[in-house]
Amino acid sequence: MSALGYAAVDGWVVTKRNLTKIKRLPDLLIFSTIQPIMFVLLFAYVFGGAIKIEGVNYREYLMAGIFTQTVAFGAAITSIGLADDLQKGIIDRFRSLPMSRSAVLVGRTTSDLLNNGLVVIVMSICGLLVGWRIHTDVARGIAGFALLFAFGYAMSWISATIGLSVKSVEVAQSAGFIWLFPLTFLSNAFISTDQLTPWLQKVADWNPISSIVLALRDLWGNSAQGAMRGHGFPAEHPIELSVLWILAILAVFLPLSIAKYRRAASR
Amino acid sequence: MAGKLSGGRPTLAAVTAAIEVERLVKLYHDVHALDGLDLEVPEGTVLGLLGPNGAGKTTCVRILATLLKPDSGRAAIRGVDVARHPQEVRRMIGLSGQYAAVDEYLTGFENLVMIGRLYHLGRKESRARAADLLERFDLTGAANRPTKTYSGGMRRRLDLAGALVARPPVIFLDEPTTGLDPHSRLGLWDTIGDRVRQGVTLLLTTQYMEEADQLADDIVVLDRGVAIARGTPDELKGRIGGERLEVAVVRRDDLAAVASILKGVGTGEPTVDQEGRRVAVPVADRVAALTEAVRQLDAADVELADIEVRRPTLDDVFLQLTGHAATEETTDGEGGKA
Repeated sequence: MSALGYAAVDGWVVTKRNLTKIKRLPDLLIFSTIQPIMFVLLFAYVFGGAIKIEGVNYREYLMAGIFTQTVAFGAAITSIGLADDLQKGIIDRFRSLPMSRSAVLVGRTTSDLLNNGLVVIVMSICGLLVGWRIHTDVARGIAGFALLFAFGYAMSWISATIGLSVKSVEVAQSAGFIWLFPLTFLSNAFISTDQLTPWLQKVADWNPISSIVLALRDLWGNSAQGAMRGHGFPAEHPIELSVLWILAILAVFLPLSIAKYRRAASR
Repeated sequence: MAGKLSGGRPTLAAVTAAIEVERLVKLYHDVHALDGLDLEVPEGTVLGLLGPNGAGKTTCVRILATLLKPDSGRAAIRGVDVARHPQEVRRMIGLSGQYAAVDEYLTGFENLVMIGRLYHLGRKESRARAADLLERFDLTGAANRPTKTYSGGMRRRLDLAGALVARPPVIFLDEPTTGLDPHSRLGLWDTIGDRVRQGVTLLLTTQYMEEADQLADDIVVLDRGVAIARGTPDELKGRIGGERLEVAVVRRDDLAAVASILKGVGTGEPTVDQEGRRVAVPVADRVAALTEAVRQLDAADVELADIEVRRPTLDDVFLQLTGHAATEETTDGEGGKA
């Protein structure tokens, strides 16, 4: 078998190992889906009900933001999983085996992607129940979800780099999440960037989260017109920019985390 | 338990060493975890690396298992350099660490199959070997339970089995019994003796003199990253001295009488500790000496506070070889684990 073939097989063996944990610990999945359901309901009824904007269905406008935020936060579990494996010495065992050097990371990010996928399905059902709809067509609807998953997968590799750097589950639990708050809130996920002071507005418009959210709104037809779109190039080319962001993140963090893995020392 | 497991070195294989270490140096924040260590382990023999925490045992194993790069020096497994051709080395080694590295949510069977597949043995072969190893390690009954439910001893056995899945010719066991209760420890020694040893080259690290004595053909005593003594267990024990019978008395007046009785049962001159009211003497046959001493002390109407036969411990070895006690350098970070 070729090196690439082994990388795929080894990656899949590790993926299966990670998925077994989810199977044996169903509470984990239950709680990771309860949170997004809660978010959909809280945002839809608390914010969606309180904020009225002329010509905009704010509840639908929010959904793309909630999806993107959930996927970004969902990717943070990658750092916890890897820090846990490091702490327990399992990475040492893997590193002493003649397996592909990328397998542990490919396996971890893949199983987290599948976990994230399940959460998104639950959220979509919940969204449909509170009145969110896709107004375009099937192709664009699917393209939206594909973009969302690709973004989540790329975020997982950032998270993997963090997990391999901090080496302890306790630190990963905060270090893996803390940067996601400014990243997701300083964006167009829940507000129009128009309401921000000019320099914050620039930051928010160029935030990759904003590009993904806007691309989803465009692909699903969830009312982002006029001032609600942001400004300049990001407002005009959200889909192209989203794809670029995803590729850029992977190009930086995929090799970076594999390099970290090669040197990873448990204690 | 039969002391030596391999019945001597195979004369032919002794020509090429299975494990070679030359002037190995590893620094952690300017502290020498290894400071020019040399080792040579002939094919088919067991080397015991004996030393306290921080002596460099784990650092040595981690370098040999391709987990760490040395700062200088050379290490090779069957002639293959570990730093230059790590992937080739990994196909020849099995590692069982100090912390049983098994996945707690997978069953024992699933753990071993996973390891087999990552050695690229194929699905069918991995499953067959997993079942076989579980049987050999008395884990068949627990094969389909998540290892979370295993006892400490069972996890160690599974971890050990993991090192054997690919039937590697060279195996590293890093403190295989640390933290186990005495019963599990004896059980694991049996397992290592009967099932691990067969024909493979084994490098074992330990803090216990007794463990090295039981399992190793040769022992290297490590202190602060350098070898301070080498030899067979018998040679080392000869240098350190054998077992000692120690008697503590209630009345200081009895010390003289006790000393003369112990002189009769021991193989050397008794030492008397007036302050601690203790008398100690080296003995050859522990049971005979103890029985005889108790009989005579009782007849002499000596009131005993304590009586025991002590085997030489790691501390005794260190005291003898270095003049200082086994150092406990447990700082956080990598250096502390070395």
